[in-house]
Amino acid sequence: MSVITYRQALRDTLRAEMHRDENVILLGEEIGVFEGSYKITEGLLNEFGERRVRDTPIAEEGFVGAAVGAAMLGLRPVVELMTINFSLIAIDQIINHAAKIYGMFGGQNSVPMVIRTPGGGGQQLGATHSQNIELFYAFVPGLKVLAPSTPAEAASMLRAAIRDDDPVLLLENLGLYNTKGEVPDDDESVAEIGRAAVTREGSDITLIGYSRMAALGTQVAEALAKEDISVEVVDLRSLRPLDRQTIVDSVKKTGCAVVAEDDWLTYGIGAEIAASIQEGAFDYLDAPVRRVAMAEVPLPYAKPLENAALPSTESVTTAIKETLSAVGKRVG
Amino acid sequence: MSDNTAHDEPELVQLLTPEGELRHHPDYPLDLGAEEVRGLYRDLVLVRRVDTEAVALQRQGELGLWASLLGQEAAQIGSARALRPQDMAFPSYREHGVAWVRGVDPRELLGMFRGVTNGGWDPAEHGLHLYTIVIGSQTLHATGYAMGVQRDGATGGDDGTAVIVYFGDGATSQGDTNEAFNFAAVNNAPVVFFCQNNQWAISEPLERQSRVPLYRRAAGFGFPGVRVDGNDVFASLAVTRRALQHAREGQGPMLIEAFTYRMGAHTTNDDPTRYRVAAELEEWKRKDPILRLRAYMAANGVADDDFFAAVDAEADKLGERVRIECRALPDPDPLDIFHEVYAEPHAQLDLQRAEFADYLASFEDAGAEGGR
Ligand SMILES: Cc1ncc(C[n+]2csc(CCOP(=O)(O)OP(=O)(O)O)c2C)c(N)n1
Ligand SMILES: [Mg+2]
Repeated sequence: MSVITYRQALRDTLRAEMHRDENVILLGEEIGVFEGSYKITEGLLNEFGERRVRDTPIAEEGFVGAAVGAAMLGLRPVVELMTINFSLIAIDQIINHAAKIYGMFGGQNSVPMVIRTPGGGGQQLGATHSQNIELFYAFVPGLKVLAPSTPAEAASMLRAAIRDDDPVLLLENLGLYNTKGEVPDDDESVAEIGRAAVTREGSDITLIGYSRMAALGTQVAEALAKEDISVEVVDLRSLRPLDRQTIVDSVKKTGCAVVAEDDWLTYGIGAEIAASIQEGAFDYLDAPVRRVAMAEVPLPYAKPLENAALPSTESVTTAIKETLSAVGKRVG
Repeated sequence: MSDNTAHDEPELVQLLTPEGELRHHPDYPLDLGAEEVRGLYRDLVLVRRVDTEAVALQRQGELGLWASLLGQEAAQIGSARALRPQDMAFPSYREHGVAWVRGVDPRELLGMFRGVTNGGWDPAEHGLHLYTIVIGSQTLHATGYAMGVQRDGATGGDDGTAVIVYFGDGATSQGDTNEAFNFAAVNNAPVVFFCQNNQWAISEPLERQSRVPLYRRAAGFGFPGVRVDGNDVFASLAVTRRALQHAREGQGPMLIEAFTYRMGAHTTNDDPTRYRVAAELEEWKRKDPILRLRAYMAANGVADDDFFAAVDAEADKLGERVRIECRALPDPDPLDIFHEVYAEPHAQLDLQRAEFADYLASFEDAGAEGGR
């Protein structure tokens, strides 16, 4: 085992996958000479050359669309979108083309491409540059959406995404790039797409999150353990396909749940989770499912306002405690 | 016939050489009085100072971010001084020189980057839209605005309204920008596309964006394009005046490629030494917009040493004012947020404001009880 950052895990995996399969190519703005806005592609242009690592013009629709075409030929393009915000410019290529070509053309062409892109606020980048819009893609049949929360998950999910024959959006997170965690040496693990994980067992309440919120959830659970509150943490890991069974099983055990989501509340991912819980574990619920999400505003640039708008350790902790007191469980 | 490839040297409209010699151009006559020339010089020096101070303030943690205009002063001042009060400008995020000319106080500009205003200035008051950071989007906004101007019948004569939109070399790769070119052409919209080709889009050099000189793109859309020396404030002014006149009179769009150089980092988050060579910077230093104007003025008796000293002193004072005022910008009162929502009183909002006021007051009580 080595302890490495989320960033390093992504970089090592990309590199290893490029060695493993020469059809893996990289496309994006600033990924070559500049080595990526967040330095995930560091060293890769030098090592693999321009044939494999392409700096593109600043045209997101252009290079995502070109990746769709290249993928139909059998290449495995891994596209980097500087942030998920710029996917909005490429959204037609993603939703109407990448997601649909296999199904609409009778399975004649699969589109084995990966879009790697970070979401996440909290960096004072302003409303247009700080959105969490993974939901748009998780909504679409034909796409797979993965959201790793630890370095080990980042590695195994990127590997899975590249090897998968369908278009996969791998949601990274600006706030996670520098976080550290254990990754096996010579790691070859390939995540099972569509599988959530219980990352911490508990008996009082289920806390469900993904990406930054799953990481934050683990911290909250650790802190609450000191107050004798036993939180079970479910890391969704895959937003589509969604592993409803793991969620439902956990709630059947604990009887109540809080969903922590890094997107807006209304129509957000938490709504889907809550609906899945009431479908699968209605009789087991001792309290309504609580959702903790971003304030429903364009994310402010001003630091204090930005902090206030984002879900935090405090807001998740409060939601857990309030839910527990509602069901009459002792709160520390 | 020109085959529009990169082989034939593009023509660069230049009225002032890097050495400060005046050149005449038959298509772009410029007749400026000494007072106007001194005004341009003052603009250039003062906006450079505002910019330098802002970079320093960001380094000291007083601003969240800053995108420096260093090196692009002449392109911005020249083009913006060509605007008339009724005209509308759409900036990207680096147009602090344009903001200066449109009467936006540096305090307002810095307040935005400090995150203590609800957005910045009043676009209608200044004839300057707010900054746009999603690359290329504002080219379409400007085109639509220009189509509105046209629909209002505000073009067609010498007193017509024109629109200008600023964007970078990188932005020419975006679909939005190309769609804007086409929309403007098809509709004969009164918009001037002002591309500051500063040679770089963060770390990507121009070769990544285009195989043809950018101004030649216009020909494919059916309107004129011209390349101007963007470090020459005279040429930038003359060419933009002409293009605005073209739009004002109802003759449709024009593309201006202002050939310049981003002397600083992309933004305060960036370190350009990672991707470009020092020799390039040195070469462009010799083309500095301020030095060449100063050389011209000194050699032609447009200004004496006292004038230059006075402008420097004014810049020092301005720099000091910017530093002091930026640091003194108050954090807005939390309750202010309710003032900016509806013009008229609103019951639901009043309720929210009252609740929030109570919430804030609860901290004062806690403090009074020694709770902290
Ligand atoms: C749609 C979109 N894609 C990417 C970015 C990230 N980005 C910010 S500035 C920039 C470079 C723009 O270069 P250019 O148009 O030449 O303008 P300059 O910064 O040189 O003034 C990029 C890629 C963005 N803001 N918007
Ligand atoms: Mg540029």
